[in-house]
Amino acid sequence: MLANTLKKTALYEEHKRLGGRLIDFGGWELPVQYSGVMDEHLACRASAGLFDVSHMGEVHVEGPESEKFLNYLVTNNVSKIAVGQAQYTAMCNENGGIVDDLVIYRRASDRFLVVVNSSNTEKDFDWMLKVHARSKHQTRITNESSKYTQIALQGKNAAAILQTLTDTPLAPIKTYWFAEGTVLKTIPAILARTGYTGEDGFEIYVPWDMGPQVWRALMEAGEKFGIKPCGLGARDTLRLEMKYPLYGNELSDETNPLEAGLGWVTKLDKGDFVGRGPTAMLKEKGLARQLVGLKLLDRGIPRHGYAVYTADGQTRIGEITSGTQSPSLKESVGIAYVGTGHTAIGSKLTVDIRGTKVPAEVVATPFYKKA
Amino acid sequence: MRFPAEFKYSKDHEWALIEGTKITVGVTDHAQSALGDVVYVELPAVGKALKRGDTFGVVESIKAVSDLYAPVTGKVMEVNSGLVDEPAKINREPHAGAWLVKIELTDPNSINDLMDSAAYSKYVETLK
Repeated sequence: MLANTLKKTALYEEHKRLGGRLIDFGGWELPVQYSGVMDEHLACRASAGLFDVSHMGEVHVEGPESEKFLNYLVTNNVSKIAVGQAQYTAMCNENGGIVDDLVIYRRASDRFLVVVNSSNTEKDFDWMLKVHARSKHQTRITNESSKYTQIALQGKNAAAILQTLTDTPLAPIKTYWFAEGTVLKTIPAILARTGYTGEDGFEIYVPWDMGPQVWRALMEAGEKFGIKPCGLGARDTLRLEMKYPLYGNELSDETNPLEAGLGWVTKLDKGDFVGRGPTAMLKEKGLARQLVGLKLLDRGIPRHGYAVYTADGQTRIGEITSGTQSPSLKESVGIAYVGTGHTAIGSKLTVDIRGTKVPAEVVATPFYKKA
Repeated sequence: MRFPAEFKYSKDHEWALIEGTKITVGVTDHAQSALGDVVYVELPAVGKALKRGDTFGVVESIKAVSDLYAPVTGKVMEVNSGLVDEPAKINREPHAGAWLVKIELTDPNSINDLMDSAAYSKYVETLK
């Protein structure tokens, strides 16, 4: 039974009506599945899936020194973001541990939308204020999370479906760019070609109260394409097939972006930023562990927390951070931190599954590659 | 959700079909529904002695791992090894084709605490 203290998104009644199985997800009452994880996952890969991601946090950063502030706050180079463009990045604590991974949208030269993980929203916002108190950049930071309904429409038919609801031409919007326009003629919307599934698709930001109307219109427009509402279960398996990291599994206050495979969004040469020192030192010293993708060579499913050993099963070399049976590939795959020296593609190792050391191999990622 | 009257049920959501000392065991429709898509099954070796409440195998869905608990005390006489290659059968026919093991009862008292279908239905309602 769910306590009524859980937060509900604006789409709560839609989830109930669609038969979603609601769970407590970091204090939010959200559907883990509707028709089933497998069914939803495959629908998203084959055509289109619709996700309520309103629990994500939205923070506005506005003012003349916003770019400078964000460049000091995050690991990626914010100066590279054009107006209308989005960027994946991370922010670190003083030790180079990851506070969160996030997406920054540049809405004007001095106006940014920063989207963070739901469970981290308060922590992130507090951290941003703390960094700002020290850096004293001329910028305003406000937590606007309660004002946005965020809906992710993902899959190869996402653009065709969304286009029926908006006059904004979607074809010119490239991956990791966005447009501001309206949906259903009058509802202001940010239409971003971003997502967490590996498919083409959009993340749609509308005012909180308009959520149900937009959700229903998308479900209706998607019907002839076989659109399915997708829960947190499919969201997790879809991201896992792409080896996209999830905060709390692959990322934490104790892991460095370089270890987590986020070197590509960590620009050590852009100038100072929080966590730069320890990260540069780690790079110079060499990493002790790295995130890899692995595939089991025998029966079993790797799960979060399972220990990883050498091929002979004698020496513990790491730990699984996420694992499942891939609905697309029908293979057991996992993400793991393993000691450097065991990270090359083809390296053989074993995973301790309830006392049995099951053989596994480091494989190239993403696990799932588009047909 | 309907639970057949000819079965007895455990609080761990296994059903048992009792034919003399021969007990056929499976997971209930409620259990398979709560688990979601079953993708992996691990069953015991034939001959294994089980005490009521012992774990005798594992079923895994995409999201979760769930132990199987022996509803009675006895010896494993047969396992439904076809499920290993077709775990989704547990979702499709939990009360029929997807039986898990057949057990020869060695302690007749071990069946005493099992519920009938009406009691189990009520029990499931209390969990909602």
